Amino acid sequence: TKTRDSFSGKVNDLVSRFRKVDEEFFEELEEILISADVGVMTVMDLIDDLKDEVRKRNIQDTKDVRPVISEKLAELLQEKEEDSNLNLQSNAMTVMLVVGVNGVGKTTTIGKLANKLKNDGKSVLLAAGDTFRAGAIDQLEVWGERVGCEVVKQQEGSDPAAVIFDAIQSAKSKNVDVLICDTAGRLQNKVNLMKELEKVKRVIEREIPGAPHEVLLVLDATTGQNALSQAKTFSEATNVTGIALTKLDGTAKGGIVLAIRHELDIPVKLIGLGEGIDDLQDFDAEQFVYGLFSDLVDRETEE
Amino acid sequence: MAFEGLADRLQNTLQKIRGKGKVTEADVKEMMREVRLALLEADVNFKVVKDFINRVKERAVGQDVMKSLTPGQQVIKVVNEELTALMGGEQSKIAVAKKPPTVVMMVGLQGAGKTTTTGKLANHLRKNHNRKPFLVAADIYRPAAIKQLETLGKQLSLPVFSLGDKVNPVEIVKQGIAKAKEEHCDYVIIDTAGRLHIDEGLMDELKDMKDAANPDEVLLVVDAMTGQDAVNVADSFNKQLDITGVVLTKLDGDTRGGAALSVKAVTNTPIKFAGMGEKLDQLEAFHPERMASRILGMGDVLTLIEKA
Ligand SMILES: Nc1nc2c(ncn2[C@@H]2O[C@H](COP(=O)(O)OP(=O)(O)OP(=O)(O)O)[C@@H](O)[C@H]2O)c(=O)[nH]1
Ligand SMILES: Nc1nc2c(ncn2[C@@H]2O[C@H](COP(=O)(O)OP(=O)(O)OP(=O)(O)O)[C@@H](O)[C@H]2O)c(=O)[nH]1
Ligand SMILES: [Mg+2]
Ligand SMILES: [Mg+2]
Repeated sequence: TKTRDSFSGKVNDLVSRFRKVDEEFFEELEEILISADVGVMTVMDLIDDLKDEVRKRNIQDTKDVRPVISEKLAELLQEKEEDSNLNLQSNAMTVMLVVGVNGVGKTTTIGKLANKLKNDGKSVLLAAGDTFRAGAIDQLEVWGERVGCEVVKQQEGSDPAAVIFDAIQSAKSKNVDVLICDTAGRLQNKVNLMKELEKVKRVIEREIPGAPHEVLLVLDATTGQNALSQAKTFSEATNVTGIALTKLDGTAKGGIVLAIRHELDIPVKLIGLGEGIDDLQDFDAEQFVYGLFSDLVDRETEE
Repeated sequence: MAFEGLADRLQNTLQKIRGKGKVTEADVKEMMREVRLALLEADVNFKVVKDFINRVKERAVGQDVMKSLTPGQQVIKVVNEELTALMGGEQSKIAVAKKPPTVVMMVGLQGAGKTTTTGKLANHLRKNHNRKPFLVAADIYRPAAIKQLETLGKQLSLPVFSLGDKVNPVEIVKQGIAKAKEEHCDYVIIDTAGRLHIDEGLMDELKDMKDAANPDEVLLVVDAMTGQDAVNVADSFNKQLDITGVVLTKLDGDTRGGAALSVKAVTNTPIKFAGMGEKLDQLEAFHPERMASRILGMGDVLTLIEKA
């Protein structure tokens, strides 16, 4: 397939820039992957695998090592065939539920996403399902004003499931294209809060068969290994269908999504590149991988 | 916990060296490999890990075995001692200005927990130190940031100063401190907007705010779930603002929290408080020893030493 070819091509291109492939190179590769927050065991396995392969094929010349590396890296980083587009219904209302731990960027991503959908000609309604955090409802309302779409809300402290129920009725009567539901941030080890989230999802399922069509888990690229545990637990509770990786405009690389794809097979669908209304993009695997290795490339060319 | 702790990791190696009289270099090397992996899995920055391992290795090699300890016990003891030492002593004290009010500035990346911690700290100062805190809403960027702080102020019945979101934050800080003096408040806590350490414009703004506020404390608020990037963030904030301490938030989660070690190692400033929840009374003193065992995944170092 096209993605696959261009993908390994990209990796090949990167690898061809390494001058020599020796112990030092492997160490550097290990460091770069670890410093990008790619899971530690994933990295160790990859490096061991590489070394084994070199030994097995009895490769002496360093230039023959390169294709092996490209191969293995591409294997690890391969974008699967799965669709990384949002699951939008063409003839019916689409309901999206946005979940994640505290402060990762859920509300902001909803604002940006609503704007994107509106620009694509869709009508959007937002549901203020975070009734807990101080100022959360007002924050979503500001986004609603910016984008020019309505926000369904109740008072702070009210039952989130009730807000979502209301929002669904409103969305139905207004016949909107997309309903996006904000939820309060919660750490995945808080059993009661995860139960609350399950309840919210059940309300959506009950009111609209087949919904939610998209459960977006928002992950902060700055997060380390804990993101894997976030993905696991939120998936168990709400059957996550895609990831929005935020704050990639910083210096963090968000490499943990590799381990997440490996172990849980959840695709990244969107990336956040700032706080502005337009700072949301579709995920591009090639560009992401290039970002992971950009340090290595820079270091090689500096020498 | 998602990861294997150091205790489990070391079992095999320890089995092998049981009963030896001296810790050889090879033994230490094998154990250090496990220590390294445990620290990396806990999100300690790889450079910090490297330095740490070198230091521990030096101390551990060639040690005569103390009568009461096996070689394995001794290495673990050294690791734990070094880690705790690196984490610093207990220092959940906050500066007091000779002439009130004491000014505290909260800084950090987006979503780290600055605004929430501002509320928690005010609550702590009033409840445990009998102080009169005054909050300044200097985040003019994030939608409803002022409203968020005002809501927290209302929950606590504490004054919150704001000039809306159309006034320069430097001006807000100046007028806020003046107002606090007028009202005879003895602590001013300034909530600032989250920003990236590489955003020059916004970092300059923060420096200007600092110049205007002349704070007694600049607290860097760090999310305990932060990965390898913690060193870049902490180093950069520290170089540009000379931070005086760190607050580690969201420690009520199940993260190992290796960022604590990274941040401590690059800034060499104390971690003063730990955020243990979203509620305003969930701020605690930071315990270096507990953090060391948490990072290593050792519930109880003593049990481990017994097992070794
Ligand atoms: N630099 C940067 N900042 C972002 C990005 N996305 C969100 N933010 C900022 O991160 C902070 C937290 O964002 P929110 O949208 O409030 O996060 P949340 O997940 O809704 O937070 P809670 O509801 O409190 O759990 C805000 O200051 C946002 O402006 C991004 O892609 N890049
Ligand atoms: N579980 C938990 N959540 C926390 C803690 N501290 C803050 N939070 C949550 O983290 C999210 C972000 O907190 P804020 O105080 O808004 O963070 P901030 O640094 O002011 O964010 P910006 O102003 O957007 O940069 C909110 O949902 C808080 O409730 C903590 O110690 N534990
Ligand atoms: Mg939110
Ligand atoms: Mg804030």
